[in-house]
Amino acid sequence: MIPTPDLSHLTRHDLEQVYDPAEDTFLLLDALEQEAGELRKERPMICLEVGSGSGCVSTFLGTILGPIPSLYLCTDINQHATRCTLSTGKQNKITLDPVTCSLTRPLLSRLHHTVDILLFNPPYVPTDTYEASSAQSNADIAGSWAGGTDGMEVTERLLQDVEVSSFTVFWDTVNDVYQHLLSPRGRFYLVALKQNNVPSIRSRMLEDFGLSSQIIIERRAGRELLFIIRFTRTALS
Amino acid sequence: MVRLITHNLLACHVKGCTTNNFPLVFQDVQVELQEAEFNPDFIRNMLPRLEWTALVNAAKQVGDTSLPLEQPDMMDDELLQKLHHALMEIHIIEGAMVCQNCRHAYPISNGIPNMLLAEHEIG
Ligand SMILES: C[S@@+](CC[C@H](N)C(=O)[O-])C[C@H]1O[C@@H](n2cnc3c(N)ncnc32)[C@H](O)[C@@H]1O
Ligand SMILES: [Zn+2]
Repeated sequence: MIPTPDLSHLTRHDLEQVYDPAEDTFLLLDALEQEAGELRKERPMICLEVGSGSGCVSTFLGTILGPIPSLYLCTDINQHATRCTLSTGKQNKITLDPVTCSLTRPLLSRLHHTVDILLFNPPYVPTDTYEASSAQSNADIAGSWAGGTDGMEVTERLLQDVEVSSFTVFWDTVNDVYQHLLSPRGRFYLVALKQNNVPSIRSRMLEDFGLSSQIIIERRAGRELLFIIRFTRTALS
Repeated sequence: MVRLITHNLLACHVKGCTTNNFPLVFQDVQVELQEAEFNPDFIRNMLPRLEWTALVNAAKQVGDTSLPLEQPDMMDDELLQKLHHALMEIHIIEGAMVCQNCRHAYPISNGIPNMLLAEHEIG
């Protein structure tokens, strides 16, 4: 058993401003724990969590990898979230490097092909587009769940950054401007809700970007049916 | 936290700012040193993912002049120690990072860089 991160330093006020780890968070922790052996074997160098919120997930990953030295980059649009990410890391003696930004934007051009572990528990709740885009521009707690159409508006934007389509590679090889995150052995763990249309996400990632995927866990939490999908460049068993 | 390892991976992403948008230049920084465990292999394996000149200049901007201008072919333990210190132990707590191309300043406060852009600045 890998201990769940200590979050006792977060105040009620913090958790009014930042996503309080819930079933979706814990499902992602369980998926990572299930993969712990393989993750350690891979000896990842660069881990990147998008939307790190309280910092609970990256801290847990740091605990799994233990003495394996790795860089834990964490992004969130909510500046209270990056503040909590930093303090949760400290509280658990894991050094996390949070950056307040949207998705991976300022990191994208420099991180091409170097991310060994990418994590995203996105705002996945279906809302209208207006609610999602105002949550994004307010960069507040509503950005933790408001996902727009099919709950996919924010996730969709990240998916485009994970890999470049083979078509784009073809046109862009000359000037090397294509931006993609995953290293050759990279793994990308994504939290999704049934309503996000998991089969469609998986088939598009395969067709557009050649990424294989597997459902690592699925679990019902109240009214939500949640999935953890793992994407890799080559199919893993 | 802005450590030089992170700084080396950040570029300006203002709409249309695509050349000379890396590295960002530190301004008015306040620095804190925090000891970290030395792992020579990690540093060695990380180097190919980093930009040497950007690192040397950034280290200078935060007061560390220990790194050679040119990346040596051989990495001895002493150099790896210096790199470890520069990359992993210097924390920039306050200040800003400024783009040399478009002059956008990204503030750093309480150890966290704010790289958010306003709607009209997003590409
Ligand atoms: C469901 S919460 C997950 C938080 C944490 N990772 C966890 O599992 O408990 C989604 C997080 O994504 C962040 N977020 C939403 N839109 C984002 C964006 N465009 N870029 C980065 N983070 C974003 C939210 O602020 C929130 O912290
Ligand atoms: Zn710029």
